[in-house]
Amino acid sequence: MVTLVIALPLAGAVILLIGGGLTDRWGPYLATLLPVVSFVLAVVLFAHNLGQPDSGRSHTTHLYTWIDAGRLHVGADLLYDQLSSLFLLLITGVGSLIHVYSLGYMAHDPRRRRFFAFLNLFVAAMLTLVLAANYLVLFLGWEGVGLASYLLIGFWQHKPSAAAAAKKAFVMNRVGDMGLSLAIALCFTTFGSTAFSAVNHGIATGSVSEERMTWLGLLLLLGACGKSAQVPLQAWLLDAMEGPTPVSALIHAATMVTAGVYLMVRSHAILDAAPGARTAVVVVAVVTLLWGAIIGCAKDDIKKVLAGSTMSQIGYMMLAAGLGPAGYAFAIFHLLTHGFFKANMFLGAGSVMHAMDDDVDMRHYGALRTAMPVTFLTFAMGYLAIIGFPGFSGFWSKDKIIDAAWHEHWWIGALALLGAGITAFYMTRLMLLTFFGPRRWDLDGARSPAWHPHESPSVMTGPLVALAALSVLGGVLLIGSWIQDYLAPLVGSPPQESSGAPAWLISVLAVVVVAIGVVIAWLLVGRRPVPATAPAKVAWPVTVARHDLYGDAINDVFVVEPGRRLTDAVVQIDKYGVDGLLTGGPVAVGAFAGVFRQLQNGYVRSYALSVLGGGLVVVLALMVVNWQ
Amino acid sequence: MSTVTPYLVLSAVLFAIGCTGVLIRRNAIVVFMCVELMLNAGNLALVAFSRLHGNLDGQITAFFVMVVAAAEVVIGLAIIMTIFRTRRSASVDEANALRW
Amino acid sequence: MTATYVVTAPLMILAALGILVVRRAVHAALLLAVVMINLAFVYASLDAPFLFAVQIVVYTGAVLMLFLFVLMLVGVDVSDSVVETIKGHRIGSLFAGLLLGVLLVVMVGQLSLGTMKGLASVNAQGNLQALAQQLFSRYVVAFEATSALLITAAVGAMVLAHRERAEPRPGQAELARRRVRAYGETGRHLGPLPPPGTLARHNAVGTPALLPDGSPAKESVPSTLQSTHELEGKQ
Repeated sequence: MVTLVIALPLAGAVILLIGGGLTDRWGPYLATLLPVVSFVLAVVLFAHNLGQPDSGRSHTTHLYTWIDAGRLHVGADLLYDQLSSLFLLLITGVGSLIHVYSLGYMAHDPRRRRFFAFLNLFVAAMLTLVLAANYLVLFLGWEGVGLASYLLIGFWQHKPSAAAAAKKAFVMNRVGDMGLSLAIALCFTTFGSTAFSAVNHGIATGSVSEERMTWLGLLLLLGACGKSAQVPLQAWLLDAMEGPTPVSALIHAATMVTAGVYLMVRSHAILDAAPGARTAVVVVAVVTLLWGAIIGCAKDDIKKVLAGSTMSQIGYMMLAAGLGPAGYAFAIFHLLTHGFFKANMFLGAGSVMHAMDDDVDMRHYGALRTAMPVTFLTFAMGYLAIIGFPGFSGFWSKDKIIDAAWHEHWWIGALALLGAGITAFYMTRLMLLTFFGPRRWDLDGARSPAWHPHESPSVMTGPLVALAALSVLGGVLLIGSWIQDYLAPLVGSPPQESSGAPAWLISVLAVVVVAIGVVIAWLLVGRRPVPATAPAKVAWPVTVARHDLYGDAINDVFVVEPGRRLTDAVVQIDKYGVDGLLTGGPVAVGAFAGVFRQLQNGYVRSYALSVLGGGLVVVLALMVVNWQ
Repeated sequence: MSTVTPYLVLSAVLFAIGCTGVLIRRNAIVVFMCVELMLNAGNLALVAFSRLHGNLDGQITAFFVMVVAAAEVVIGLAIIMTIFRTRRSASVDEANALRW
Repeated sequence: MTATYVVTAPLMILAALGILVVRRAVHAALLLAVVMINLAFVYASLDAPFLFAVQIVVYTGAVLMLFLFVLMLVGVDVSDSVVETIKGHRIGSLFAGLLLGVLLVVMVGQLSLGTMKGLASVNAQGNLQALAQQLFSRYVVAFEATSALLITAAVGAMVLAHRERAEPRPGQAELARRRVRAYGETGRHLGPLPPPGTLARHNAVGTPALLPDGSPAKESVPSTLQSTHELEGKQ
């Protein structure tokens, strides 16, 4: 049955792509139906799993022997356990909602059949990733989602910016993939197999060195950074907003970018055995958490603000994963709640863009709460969840992470709190600019004063409502420590509070910080008039944030330019060195001949001299040889 | 004298001078003359060796060389004359068209 | 070192070197004659009287004279210019020739062939008789072959020197007609060329004849001799 969950969306992709124009009319509907069926199957599997005791919640399905070469035996194996069950629900559930949303959003696009085919392909690949029983099948899914991401970011092929963004995303992901490939190879040489069970078993028997585990952990971290847009491989995520909004919601908010967190949690045994790697994870996570938040403060493009926010929230998840058993469960918890409220907000942004003729500049929005009430209400639910308003899902998940961080080291917790405050600031700014304040729809004269935005059709608002409900109610997963207990057999239990600040103090501190962030946002943004175009003269932090903290510039200096110089040098070597060797031969022979043909000057006397000279040389040689 | 070496040395020197003359002179007839000089040098060596070995083979060979040289001169000069008739020049540098 | 050798060897070498450097071909021919005659004396000192005679009669007398005849036909005043047209050829040739000479002399010097046996016993009945005996017994085939060679050479020379007439040979009447026409068109003198020396102080071949008004007649000196003498009328 697990195979069917993957096979259905895959079949959908194949039918729509190979069927071609024949499937144009009914293809999108089929493509939307298939993930829904997969979701139903996922629910059935989950319910069945809940009925099992802890030990029986892990099922491995062996499909066929994939690689059988020498010592390397890799099977196409699927593993359905507690971790993958949660992911299955998230991917198929949120995926189905987004498919439905896309029916409305992409209704006027002539290439929508391909869009749905790619979406199905993505769902199939992501499911393969989370259902893999060994690193190689995971890698297969990993590459598959990378491909789907490339196809979907660059879906509007006629836009050069979209094509460039797709290329950038793919290339930067490739750097991460390199890390993951090396990790898989290292895993094979260390454990003799790439299966998770073999890795866990090998570490449990204590037969591997900490140094090797540290290398393995660092390489896996590199792979995760690429896929999850963590520093240093974070520059592609904001550019990826060139793709259609459903793509941004599904891939770059809810699912694909969380694959890195999944990888970290799945490799928990390796991280537990390598404190050095774990420290690296925490450092990367904290840096990214603040990086994404700072970037989000200065963007006027609504999607780019949400992308910076995604980068930051995944930083929280990685922070939790880097804290060991104390944080694995909360990383997954936050991943799920983030999937709900971020997808909710992205789809809401798409709804706003749809109403504003695809204009993404928030400076042209304003006072949309009266024009689009459903969108406003659902978006507000996501907003409250992300800032951590007490009671909403985000409050529960983020607090748990800050709590775990504080217990590790107080200053990690402090930085996480700071990140929460900045999150509150930029999200409030977004809400104020978009839904409150005076109307700025015709401020630059682009629209007539009588123009009025309309609410989106129900096919788009339906998923919004569903996701808003999940954003509110997602905290239910924490009731009775359910999620920790559910995942404990896999990743270990969080320790009981022993010393340091009690949990309620952290929560109060978090709420206070968030409130400060909201108030600052209202003072700076809500109370002042908003100019139609971004002001050029601003304080230096704003300039730095506008340039993505110079992430692109750093990449250019360290990677792009040296790479270009290297390829130029190699081309030169090929042209003049290698080709030169080939053409140099004839050239040398020609030059040689050009010199030697001077001997043929046509004069008999010269030839006679040559004859005499040659004879003398022969005689001299004989004399020298026979000198006695 | 009792050894053949001085005559051989003289023959060698004359031969070398004849060779140089063939290479240096441009008038075809003078080149021919230098060839004759070389032949004479050879003759000298032959006669000296005949005296060394005490039989007449060397002298007979020198005699034959003279006969052949005479025949060769006849034909060679006839050729030079024929060439001179058509080209109005007796220089050996004339035929230099087969060059690079 | 016999006296003959001591006298003739330097002469020969000097004459040979002279052939290399003289400008006029005639001078080269004469120097070659010097070499050949000296060689004849050396042959005589080496107990080869027949060769001594043959060298002078055949080589110097016939072959060299043939050279001189051809030189006269070709142009006795044609002189090689000193400038060498091929770059580096003169140096190269001199070097190669020097090297050849040194090499040969050194090689010859290495040889130790023993003392000469002398031809006294062989020439007991006379050099000519001994030669004839060898020639007509051992070398008779070569002898016959060289005679065939000589005949071939003579025929070849005739063939090469022959000029096929393109038009029928002009007879006396035709020649007279041409002369008169030439006189009418160009004013060329009808009669034969004046012999050299007529009304001149000397009757040498190179002295031009004098015309009635005292000026020298250029036509009286053969064209091959004209450039060698100034024609201001040697009296």
